[in-house]
Amino acid sequence: MSVQPILSAKGLVKRYGRVTALDHADFELYPGEVLAVIGDNGAGKSSLIKAVSGATIPDSGDVWLDGEKVDFHSPMEARDSGIETVYQNLALSPALSIADNLFLGREIRKEGVLGKWFRMLDRPKMQQFARDKLSELGLMTIQNIDQAVETLSGGQRQGVAVARAAAFGSRVIIMDEPTAALGVKESRKVLELIQDVKSRGTPIVLISHNMPHVFEVADRIHIHRLGKRCAVVDPKTISMSDAVAIMTGAMDPPNDVYNPYT
Amino acid sequence: MTKQSFETVLDESDTSVAEFKTEKRGFLGQIQHILHGNITIVPMIVLILSCLGFGFVAGERFFTPFNLSLIIQQVTIIGILGIAQTLIILTAGIDLSVAAIMILTSVVMGNFAVNIGVPAFLAIPLGFIVGMVCGAVNGLLITRFKLPPFIATLGTWNIFFALNLWYSGSQSIRSQSIDKAAPSLKFFGERVDVFGTQFTYGSFLMIFLCILFWYLLNRTAWGKHVYAVGDDPEAAELAGIRTKRILMSVYIVAGLLCGIAAWAAVGRIGSISPQSFYEGNLEAITAVVIGGTSLFGGRGSVVGTIIGALIVGVFRNGLALAGVDVLWQVFAIGWLIIIAVAFDQWVRKVSS
Repeated sequence: MSVQPILSAKGLVKRYGRVTALDHADFELYPGEVLAVIGDNGAGKSSLIKAVSGATIPDSGDVWLDGEKVDFHSPMEARDSGIETVYQNLALSPALSIADNLFLGREIRKEGVLGKWFRMLDRPKMQQFARDKLSELGLMTIQNIDQAVETLSGGQRQGVAVARAAAFGSRVIIMDEPTAALGVKESRKVLELIQDVKSRGTPIVLISHNMPHVFEVADRIHIHRLGKRCAVVDPKTISMSDAVAIMTGAMDPPNDVYNPYT
Repeated sequence: MTKQSFETVLDESDTSVAEFKTEKRGFLGQIQHILHGNITIVPMIVLILSCLGFGFVAGERFFTPFNLSLIIQQVTIIGILGIAQTLIILTAGIDLSVAAIMILTSVVMGNFAVNIGVPAFLAIPLGFIVGMVCGAVNGLLITRFKLPPFIATLGTWNIFFALNLWYSGSQSIRSQSIDKAAPSLKFFGERVDVFGTQFTYGSFLMIFLCILFWYLLNRTAWGKHVYAVGDDPEAAELAGIRTKRILMSVYIVAGLLCGIAAWAAVGRIGSISPQSFYEGNLEAITAVVIGGTSLFGGRGSVVGTIIGALIVGVFRNGLALAGVDVLWQVFAIGWLIIIAVAFDQWVRKVSS
């Protein structure tokens, strides 16, 4: 019995002037898995992720979500379909508060006339939700949810961004280098968070340069090279050095795509 | 969860993670931090101190109800233009054309109501539409043609001003003609008695608009998006905000505010002159900057802007009462601007 991928892409092409970022790239994410995407700098990982999350529109190629062809023109459309992305730059607004950032672009309005005619935001509700989510994820102890994000440390900001994705991502969560800017202990928290989100059944795409992290949490590893997928490997059977060798072109990739689902 | 070998040493380590610890800050750092969260405190303090100072220098005459009411009347137009300017500066833009839009709008209102004889209740909304169209032109140049706001509005400032001279034939509309044909154009110049002091409706209009835009900026999603776009447009876009749409809405609303300012200006100066308020745009920017709104976007408030406009008004009025030459009023305001911006730079450093 074969399982259908929840998110997949076929033949994605994206050019920026004379630079080819994506050269007929394929991509599959299956329900409930953590798929790591690794690749050298400039291999096109970010372009791939942007293409499936609506942040850029590919020049050609198709994206499917749950078997249906989708055509995202903005991150908003992808989000509305249940795909949440934690960007490397976090996409947080520094001067706004933690609660404001959590709800940026999907604010809750008060019910009744105040919300409908005066467009008034339901701040207590949003603050409560933000507090619940952050403590539920155990990522940090919040003293003041109205604190501006710019007064937080790098790890705390990452926590806010991950919490936002985990709180709203209903079908797929994409994380772009979530541990890159973090210390050892904060990284551990994020890895635990990834396991936590996975155990609730939400599949995760993890883009990372950190091989120990990738090999620890990933079910499958998608290796990206020169703008396309060159291999999908099983972290349990391949060594880190072989994965890096495939990634950099020092070793020929295996012929078959590792796929325990079909 | 299993740990990797290099992480086993974590067992003995401190388990506290990424907490919001209150760091020890010096006295100055503490002040910096408080101000960072409440930027309008400083203009408020400056306003109170300058009132006290001029009350001391200029004596009794400064604190008469008549004089205080006069200061508010004098800053009404710049205050309303300042609200429009604040919206735009919050998005990290700038609008050099606000005053030109206002004058063009007032000339259109006057021409339709007085010379053509259209009823005022139609001529005034028509003026608002002209203001919004002007704002939309600015917005399109900035969002669609990707021109820097400074350059786009430098261009439209000249264009709108030239159109205004052409449309009006450089002719003013006299006060008596307005009184005869469309007295409601002067509505905001009329006075009401509050606690024995005369206030114009225009003063209340400014305060009403200030409260309205405080509400819109702080209590609606649109307001949060305006701040987010000015703060970090790329992050806002990735967070799902349609930044271009927000920018367009800001420029159009600013145009509408210029139209409202035009109506109030007819009441304030009595006649309609295509040559008036030539430096209004710069005065509006001055009020915004002194009011603590950052020219880099994402930080500031309309309440600060009204306080900023009042500070300028108090300085001008106080120095005039004290018998100081006009040139020294200009001199003082120049210093106010420089100090306000230097101060903003210092407060913003709190994040780094």
